[in-house]
Amino acid sequence: MATIRCDIVSAEKEIFHGDVQLVVATGELGELGIAPRHAPLITRLKPGQVRVTMEGGEEQSFYVSGGILEVQPQVVTVLADTAIRAKDLDESAARKAKEDAERLLANRTDAIEVAEAQVQLAQAIAQLQALERLRQNLKH
Amino acid sequence: MAGAREIRTKIKSVQNTRKVTRALEMVSASKIRKAQDLMKASRPYARLMRQVIGHVARANTEFKHPFLIERKEIKRVGYLVVSTDRGLCGGLNSNLFRRILAEIRDWQTKGVEVDVVTIGNKANAFFKRLKVNLIGSVAQLGEKPQVAQLIGVIKVMLDSYSDGRIDRLSLAYNDFINTMSQKPTLDVLLPLPPSDELATTHDWDYIYEPGADVVLEHVLTRYVESLVYQATLENLASEHAARMVAMKSASDNASKAIETLNLIYNKARQAAITQEISEIVSGAAAV
Repeated sequence: MATIRCDIVSAEKEIFHGDVQLVVATGELGELGIAPRHAPLITRLKPGQVRVTMEGGEEQSFYVSGGILEVQPQVVTVLADTAIRAKDLDESAARKAKEDAERLLANRTDAIEVAEAQVQLAQAIAQLQALERLRQNLKH
Repeated sequence: MAGAREIRTKIKSVQNTRKVTRALEMVSASKIRKAQDLMKASRPYARLMRQVIGHVARANTEFKHPFLIERKEIKRVGYLVVSTDRGLCGGLNSNLFRRILAEIRDWQTKGVEVDVVTIGNKANAFFKRLKVNLIGSVAQLGEKPQVAQLIGVIKVMLDSYSDGRIDRLSLAYNDFINTMSQKPTLDVLLPLPPSDELATTHDWDYIYEPGADVVLEHVLTRYVESLVYQATLENLASEHAARMVAMKSASDNASKAIETLNLIYNKARQAAITQEISEIVSGAAAV
């Protein structure tokens, strides 16, 4: 039976790749079954399972929290999202990023003690460098 | 022996500093490997994403997404700046900031305004003091940054671009070449620069579900996100590499300083002993 190459990846790792007979995924407009020689297609995926049927009939399934499914004549690509994504969630993340910036501008900094300790260490290192330079100058 | 004691205290303090720098060096050395593994793990996604984008651009899409169209007039530009959360990594951040600053000054002399979004504490602290428009920031990504942590800042910029508030978006980060060298890099994210992969050669088109505009928007957003994520990982590996090198040279300097101080200390000690003997001898002679 004919097979098609299938790649399933997320931004953080590779999930699956191999030759398969059938890929089943939940597209935005409903379940999709992709067999070899499917027409080129690109769609968004809804959170759900992606099931692949391997050559021997063995099935494997992966959970994706959304993503993109692309079908080309020789290859099916699933670009999975790693986090649950929704318009509201994205917007609240954007809002948080903006608020963080505003808070920064309002001059409220966290972890001051760590920063101070680091400054002290940086000074010590600078002193060492200065010492080293002095030493080299003395040699000449 | 007053001088000798002071020198001894100084030696102790340098030794303590060396302990800290040694420890930091070793911590970074082990973290580089993990950061490189993360970089490797994220590569397949970026590669396949580029492939999909290449197909999308080659397909005869009935719809041109604004992310792909170059704008004639540039009135305002955006920068996504990736930096480290912590210092003590040599000139890594300052080299990057110097490059960005040069570009920002360039824009400002042309009358173009600049919006900045920062990733990492160091960029936050730097751009806070600068006369630029800081519109978003995120920090404390930790040792294993995740895409979810970056969504917010990226969306701020993408929205700005879609709404026409900015006409160009660049990404600044340190490219990890190897342990000894990291390169400050500035890439244009939007509009997506045309490349060979993006040349229009075919006359077929996709079946889009639900529609071309929605799907393209989705794909391009994910593409930009993957680029920024990749840059963050590169920067993380660069951070550890730079810190390791900086801490190594600091430890070496400390060792040399201790050596010198020891020499001075011994001289001082001997001088004190000689003085004491001569005092005793001259005292005995006087009797």
